Amino acid sequence: MRLHSEKIRPPRALWVPFELGRPLGVPNDPEFQHRVIAAVLGLLKHDRGPVLEDYLEEVPDGEVNEEQITMDGQFCPINLTSSPSKDSDLMQALEAEINHLAPWYEMAVNQRRRTTVGVSGLDILDAARFLAAMAESGDPFVPRDDLERGPMLKLCCEDLTSFYGEAISVQPGMNASTAVENWIWGHTVLGETMWKIREVNLESKDDFMRYHAQRSLIPDRQIHLREENPRVFRSWSLDKK
Amino acid sequence: MARLKDIPSGEREMIKELPCPEFEDTPFVRIKKPLSQCRISLLSTAAIQRRGEKLFWRGAVDYRVIPGDIEPNDVVMSHSSVNFDRTGFQQDLNICFPLERLQELANRGVIGSVGAFHYSVIGGSEPEKLKPAALEIARMLKNDHVDILFLVPI
Repeated sequence: MRLHSEKIRPPRALWVPFELGRPLGVPNDPEFQHRVIAAVLGLLKHDRGPVLEDYLEEVPDGEVNEEQITMDGQFCPINLTSSPSKDSDLMQALEAEINHLAPWYEMAVNQRRRTTVGVSGLDILDAARFLAAMAESGDPFVPRDDLERGPMLKLCCEDLTSFYGEAISVQPGMNASTAVENWIWGHTVLGETMWKIREVNLESKDDFMRYHAQRSLIPDRQIHLREENPRVFRSWSLDKK
Repeated sequence: MARLKDIPSGEREMIKELPCPEFEDTPFVRIKKPLSQCRISLLSTAAIQRRGEKLFWRGAVDYRVIPGDIEPNDVVMSHSSVNFDRTGFQQDLNICFPLERLQELANRGVIGSVGAFHYSVIGGSEPEKLKPAALEIARMLKNDHVDILFLVPI
């Protein structure tokens, strides 16, 4: 934040107009990133400080896909474990959604030669199973000995949103952050599951769970969006299941 | 850094009111040699870390070391905040940790070299409590003969 740099007065700082999370501006655009770095290194020419300069180049306008995305017609070309019959309707819906995304996720990993999924240490379906159980019972079995329920939930959310984000952002027109975010929180079973977990934990007596529900489960801008216009969100309801 | 107006109102007010440490003066070191001879390391506040190592949790005041030869697939993120974009990081590590860009600059001779080690903390922790970590990082940077630390806030 420019405001914070003005207060702290570090020796050299470059303000950039990019959204939080993208300090170098544009992913997979080395030339754009090099121009930002050149401006940073340009701060070194000053003989005295503090120096606070503005970087004025904006990110290019991307094509944002505003259509509601459905995955009903897509087939899954790889073999995935079939759903155990003991799974709930919610878990089966989550598993179906994950299976639909799996080919896109595989493509993303192959294209980028990396994945950011893995902080929970769980298989993605087991992470989903934990989330589904959290939404349904609120007190599921925690599959790791070294973690309590709240931290386990946080890591499962990280892995699932990363899996979904990596998968969908490889599709044409879906590399903008708002497109991905609006899709996850507005049009997926995963999003609806996390909204449900948030709802049931907003007043939790568990400090971690309450903070997580209030502050670090769903982005603030999605909470505002839902409050202002609930109709943009998916009609699928956990309560109907 | 980003535009305040792009941040949702609740978060924006919190950011505006966030207490910042204030200093009477600014330590300012002039670079005494050409950039083409300077060694550069990165310090990120994105709570990135090597896959499999201890995770960051909210309020953590320790740091992680990222070796200069790390494979991008071995870097994950465990930041507690959800109020910044993750999709850029998912697509390209360089968006918040431009290690490959620095290596390219070194290969072209624009900078002298890239540090053997780079560092990560979790942004949002109390700055004063990060001082012990900062001092340790500074010592290691000095021992690695790093001339310039590029701090990349998330």
